[in-house]
Amino acid sequence: MPVLQDILVGIRSDVDIVLARQQGRAMAASIGFSATDATLIATAISELARNIVTYARHGEVMMRGEETTHTKGIVIIARDSGPGIRNIHDVLRDGYSTSGGLGLGLPGVRRLMDEFVIESELQQGTTVTVKKWLK
Amino acid sequence: MEVPILKQGRFLIATIQAALSDADLVQLRRALIDKVIHFRSNGVIVDVTALDVMDSFATRTLRDITNVIRLRGAETVIVGIQPEVAFTMVQLGLTMEGVATALDLEEGLAHLQQRAARST
Amino acid sequence: MSSKRSADQLQSTPAQSTELLQELVAHLRQNRTQLREEWANRIAEARLLTAMTKDELFAEATSVYDNYVEALATGTFEALQSYARNLSERIIPRGVETHEVVGIVLLLRDVLARSLFAKYQGDFTMLNRILDAYEPAANRIANTVAVGFVQERERVIRQQQEAIRELSTPVLQVRERLLILPIIGVIDAQRARQLTEQLLRGIRTNRAKVVVIDITGVAAMDATVANHLVQTVEASRLLGATVIVTGLSPEIAQTIVTIGVDLGKMNTVGDLQGGIEQAERLLGYKVVPVADTASS
Repeated sequence: MPVLQDILVGIRSDVDIVLARQQGRAMAASIGFSATDATLIATAISELARNIVTYARHGEVMMRGEETTHTKGIVIIARDSGPGIRNIHDVLRDGYSTSGGLGLGLPGVRRLMDEFVIESELQQGTTVTVKKWLK
Repeated sequence: MEVPILKQGRFLIATIQAALSDADLVQLRRALIDKVIHFRSNGVIVDVTALDVMDSFATRTLRDITNVIRLRGAETVIVGIQPEVAFTMVQLGLTMEGVATALDLEEGLAHLQQRAARST
Repeated sequence: MSSKRSADQLQSTPAQSTELLQELVAHLRQNRTQLREEWANRIAEARLLTAMTKDELFAEATSVYDNYVEALATGTFEALQSYARNLSERIIPRGVETHEVVGIVLLLRDVLARSLFAKYQGDFTMLNRILDAYEPAANRIANTVAVGFVQERERVIRQQQEAIRELSTPVLQVRERLLILPIIGVIDAQRARQLTEQLLRGIRTNRAKVVVIDITGVAAMDATVANHLVQTVEASRLLGATVIVTGLSPEIAQTIVTIGVDLGKMNTVGDLQGGIEQAERLLGYKVVPVADTASS
């Protein structure tokens, strides 16, 4: 199996969201995820990338394959140096909503993935790291 | 990329391609409203068969489209949601309540026709 | 023979190690034919790989030997890893087991080690140096091949389990546009998810407009199962299908409501028969009781 390269997608506009999720789907497929899981992963990437565009204007999404002794998986890191999140607990609560819509969609992303870590600092930016493993 | 919208009798059919950006969706919304008004359409079908990802923005926009077009007296049906996409949507909690859905174009048209028959 | 070594005399520098490895690789390549045969004999003696014919064994033995020596020569293991996975893919369907694969690799290690003993027996210092270079590499090779095999086996087992799960969850088409999904037994998260995926695919393939999910046989209803059920209903609706849930006893209905799931959103009917009848009504079929008027 060829070694997968890391993929870094600069996120600046809504077009980049599409690119990021297409790359994510392709990487998920080559790691061996099922069609359904690849869709889950692509959708999670879409949500994370969109948050960057909406709240931070620009940032990046990095994705790479990862291997442990038992299994393989994908790691996605969505990073921006935007305004940061004031109250992380709020945005992780189901039903929380900003900008009149479904908010940051983070509770949903957390449900889709196996691991979910969010770090944010006001005026510094936000980094969301998610992982999904083959079962 | 602009979403093609076809007129079929009193109905409009918008067929979405896979690489649909947010701007495309917003543009679609505007185009549909314009055309519904212009043609006095009864119903709209949005075919998402080719869409491989339906996230919160897409869902929200499709709901908006449905609501706005309903104000014009027309019904919208979303058709062609793929099994993997439907699965993801419910996992994410996106249910599209209040929006009519059908399996494919054929079913979507049947749904609109039934509704049109009922209201005459 | 004392195993204690004095540091300066017997240990090699890294550069000397590489040189030594190259020397031993040359030796292994020179004596390839003879060593490979010796190894094949030992495999037969140990009654390993009995699933293979003599020719197959010989062919594989050649590949393994060459890959083994190559790994020693280059000090890199990617090629060996690929080969190990490849080999595993081929031999697992033949019924070859883990202990056999580990066994043959260890036998090769032994055969080659003995050959080194024989060559360097006159020079104890040199023998130690050669073994210092050989042993870590040989052990790494054994590890790589064994792990590669085990990983491939686990992947195959996962696939088989998936297939079994799929077989045990039939989505039945009883009429045009009507599917029935009887759920029986224990539902864990993985099975629930697989059920949903299968049902959605079935809706698409059969162009079903109504689905009857019968949960009479479900072992235990808790929040997880209830949520999965709701998700299945919602996902089916996105594909244009209406879901009727049957087999919901009053107790289970109570459990679901207590959990907080809104049953109002779900179409429920007491028993499967009733569910099918309602489905047929929804589809526009006329439900006519089969001539039991005669007996009443």
